[in-house]
Amino acid sequence: AGQDVGRSCILVSIAGKNVMLDCGMHMGYNDDRRFPDFSYITQNGRLTDFLDCVIISHFHLDHCGALPYFSEMVGYDGPIYMTHPTKAICPILLEDYRKITVDKKGETNFFTSQMIKDCMKKVVAVHLHQTVQVDEELEIKAYYAGHVLGAAMFQIKVGCESVVYTGDYNMTPDRHLGAAWIDKCRPDLLISESTYATTIRDSKRCRERDFLKKVHETVERGGKVLIPVFALGRAQELCILLETFWERMNLKAPIYFSTGLTEKANHYYKLFITWTNQKIRKTFVQRNMFEFKHIKAFDRAFADNPGPMVVFATPGMLHAGQSLQIFRKWAGNEKNMVIMPGYCVQGTVGHKILSGQRKLEMEGRQILEVKMQVEYMSFSAHADAKGIMQLIRQAEPRNVLLVHGEAKKMEFLKQKIEQEFHVNCYMPANGETTTILTNPSIPVDISLGLLKREAAIGPVPDAKKPKLMHGTLLMKDNSFRLVSPEQALKELGLAEHQLRFTCRVHIQDPRKEHETVLRVYNHLKGVLKDYSVQHLPDGSITVESILIQATAHSEDQGTKVLLVSWTYQDEELGSYLTSLLKKGLPQSTA
Amino acid sequence: LFQYCLSGHPTLPCNVLKFKSTTIMLDCGLDMTSTLNFLPLPLVQSPRLSKLPGWVLKDGSTFLDKELKECSGHVFVDSVPEFCLPETELLDLSTVDVILISNYHCMMALPYITEYTGFTGTVYATEPTVQIGRLLMEELVNSIERVPKAQSASMWKNKEVQRLLPAPLKDAVEVSMWRKCYTMPEVNAALSKIQLVGYSQKIELFGAVQVTPLSSGYALGSSNWIIQSHYEKVSYVSGSSLLTTHPQPMDQAALKNSDVLILTGLTQIPTANPDGMVGEFCSNLAMTVRNGGNVLVPCYPSGVIYDLLECLYQYIDSAGLSNIPFYFISPVANSSLEFSQIFAEWLCHNKQTKVYLPEPPFPHAELIQTNKLKHYPSIHGDFSNDFKQPCVVFTGHPSLRFGDVVHFMELWGKSSLNTVIFTEPDFSYLDALAPYQPLAMKCVYCPIDTRLNFIQVSKLLKEVQ
Repeated sequence: AGQDVGRSCILVSIAGKNVMLDCGMHMGYNDDRRFPDFSYITQNGRLTDFLDCVIISHFHLDHCGALPYFSEMVGYDGPIYMTHPTKAICPILLEDYRKITVDKKGETNFFTSQMIKDCMKKVVAVHLHQTVQVDEELEIKAYYAGHVLGAAMFQIKVGCESVVYTGDYNMTPDRHLGAAWIDKCRPDLLISESTYATTIRDSKRCRERDFLKKVHETVERGGKVLIPVFALGRAQELCILLETFWERMNLKAPIYFSTGLTEKANHYYKLFITWTNQKIRKTFVQRNMFEFKHIKAFDRAFADNPGPMVVFATPGMLHAGQSLQIFRKWAGNEKNMVIMPGYCVQGTVGHKILSGQRKLEMEGRQILEVKMQVEYMSFSAHADAKGIMQLIRQAEPRNVLLVHGEAKKMEFLKQKIEQEFHVNCYMPANGETTTILTNPSIPVDISLGLLKREAAIGPVPDAKKPKLMHGTLLMKDNSFRLVSPEQALKELGLAEHQLRFTCRVHIQDPRKEHETVLRVYNHLKGVLKDYSVQHLPDGSITVESILIQATAHSEDQGTKVLLVSWTYQDEELGSYLTSLLKKGLPQSTA
Repeated sequence: LFQYCLSGHPTLPCNVLKFKSTTIMLDCGLDMTSTLNFLPLPLVQSPRLSKLPGWVLKDGSTFLDKELKECSGHVFVDSVPEFCLPETELLDLSTVDVILISNYHCMMALPYITEYTGFTGTVYATEPTVQIGRLLMEELVNSIERVPKAQSASMWKNKEVQRLLPAPLKDAVEVSMWRKCYTMPEVNAALSKIQLVGYSQKIELFGAVQVTPLSSGYALGSSNWIIQSHYEKVSYVSGSSLLTTHPQPMDQAALKNSDVLILTGLTQIPTANPDGMVGEFCSNLAMTVRNGGNVLVPCYPSGVIYDLLECLYQYIDSAGLSNIPFYFISPVANSSLEFSQIFAEWLCHNKQTKVYLPEPPFPHAELIQTNKLKHYPSIHGDFSNDFKQPCVVFTGHPSLRFGDVVHFMELWGKSSLNTVIFTEPDFSYLDALAPYQPLAMKCVYCPIDTRLNFIQVSKLLKEVQ
């Protein structure tokens, strides 16, 4: 998905674990490029040995379309994680995809129905917010992502390093789903989609009103409206919208839904109603929003019926199937309209007509002239620039990596993110590797003796405050231990070296040496009341472990030289004493 | 580590744990056996109940005859039923930081705690627990509030007076602490303090303690809790089941290596094998209906009823009962049946697989579609038009003191053709039946309790050690 929308597939190596995020297909290609290039993972050797797990964010084919190819044809036997609704719906879309490719286009060497089934057996379903322990170190956790039924963001965590992968998400609740949410988990890296990196969409209500107005006008003048959609997701939202509008306006023009999936799809929504938004969840006992009165199943023959109608047809990008068939039939009439409610990948018919192309070359060199009106209305539930920024604010990542978007738009968003959050932002192309440095915290064992000794110093330890400790870090046999210096020396068989500082301080004092010493002693005793200051019989003074001796200057008897000597450990007191003595002695009264 | 036990009921616990300077309340069960001391609340005025004689003291004084009534040698309080709350004197409940709920039966005292003790913390529970818990509370409030009772007896609670009363009233403890049912606004306020959690979700409490709910296999969304600091692990095992019914199986592996294991909510009827009881339930039901009698099943609106309906779904055709109507009467009957179908993620593997097809996980959807099972909010309205006998009625409350069950007891009690089948184990069926004596109706006791028994516990302990 690097600087591109389609075939989402990201390999994350985190603290020695390898996790593959999504396994999608590309709708713009029909050759080898439609699937990710798994040779990036490993050139030789089995994928199962190399990957610790695979995570699928949601059921759209650009996120899971290559899964059976990956697991059954390339070969992967490890765990695949996805949410319950994704696990339920994913195989149906895969089967649909397989049918179109193999049965309609007659391709061979594609995955089979059995492979889809075998692949789904490797899937482990996860709950929202459940912490799944993949192995002892690797854990993953799913967050609600909006976007489509069952879409999830995943946090991948090993020790204290973590990555959040958003999949596709939506930060504003729509008519059937809630908004994405994540806690302040401060991941080292946030991998975010960026489909609408530069768009800041106007309010949803305006777009809805616009959509209804256009549909209404076309129907009023007897035209036909084609709305290419994917069977699950946007389709349900638009159905709810049209259904309520038809009811309110008392309209009679028929609305059809083109695929046999509809009823089944709506059933999934009914059974997984806990994944929809609050309003639908609250009222489902009284009235199920997914039981439509005005929307009926479509039959191929209906396309030639006279008079107005609205048809939802799959797939959403006009690249194959029924939506393309209907489009070809209706394209010649300027009374008709096609409304593209979502993003179209480059290379699809949808993308071509949206970029203004009006003469299309179809299969067999046929030229199709498009006279019908073409409208684009952004209903696809991706976060816009504002939403992406909002998510970054919520999660507070240390680095951001953009995927699933177009390079130019990413560039713009990247600058904005770097400016506003002062974090590094990356946007690697397909096949490119980005390395992110983390500051891992490393656990260290502390010896009990040292702990007790250090705890005894200073105020009583407070569980809620950090405490500074001194000790020796011992790195041995791949383990880290904090021990007392004596023990470290003993264990390593080293002799202790003592570092002593000695400093000379000159003092003007004409008296005899022992008298000077006495004066110094009295002075220090007066100033350093809390320390043990001693005058030793050999004529030297000790302050704690610091030694002070006085000798007369060899040339000038009026100047006495004080030798101050202390060990490295007493550096603080030693340097204090020196500076104290340098100030000289007070004028003695004696 | 300190633990305080605030509830004397074995399966409706309420404990407080002090651990690493956090105060955690484990469950919030409401002991409803106190209601057995009260007269039933009939929805329609019952001539029999209103004619019961007042109770007279041995010395002939009659000052209590307004409050206490006598029925077949038992004395009952003629008042709004009251519940025995968890102990609130033992420690200051406003210091409780969090409440962890293990299943929807163990949260019924929540409004009393969150609304009246100065509690300011958070409650943690799974989504099914909250949704079904709300239904149970709604049903409770509804069935008590719709029969307003003028009288609220208090004289008998006087210590001097209570001493003179016959058992079991004489022996009831802390009667002065018994409370009337809460109201819907209180329920809503209490439930708004709940934060939803999923199985195996790690929740940090003040950075000192981490709590995690695990599947306990007993009911939809039921959970055991792991409470751990960096070096200590406490497991709270409450209301768990190793049998495969509809909920997700119990997660045992995560309980391993616990320093302390708090075990509560074991079955109180270890000798009653649930499978055997279900069989007995079906055969008794079939026999009664074949003889032209009606069957009354006093039950909660959620839980075992799902399993009973599933058994009946498989059983009715082979037993030739296809024409017998099944009625489920509760203000939350519809919600309960609908909710059960949407918690796919919390169900056992078999039911999950059905959802993937997609089909409703519970067969009662089909029973409703084919009109074999009908549900009504109460005996008023549509039900009285559709009502056909012989039939099977599922309704609450299992204590037989309030709810629509009171009506059916009065209606069917006089005929020996009819049968009442007790399936909920929380109340002694003899005590429950006492204010209806003398009774001609057949009584069958088939308690279905899937919670752990002693043999299973010792096996479990060995495994998690």
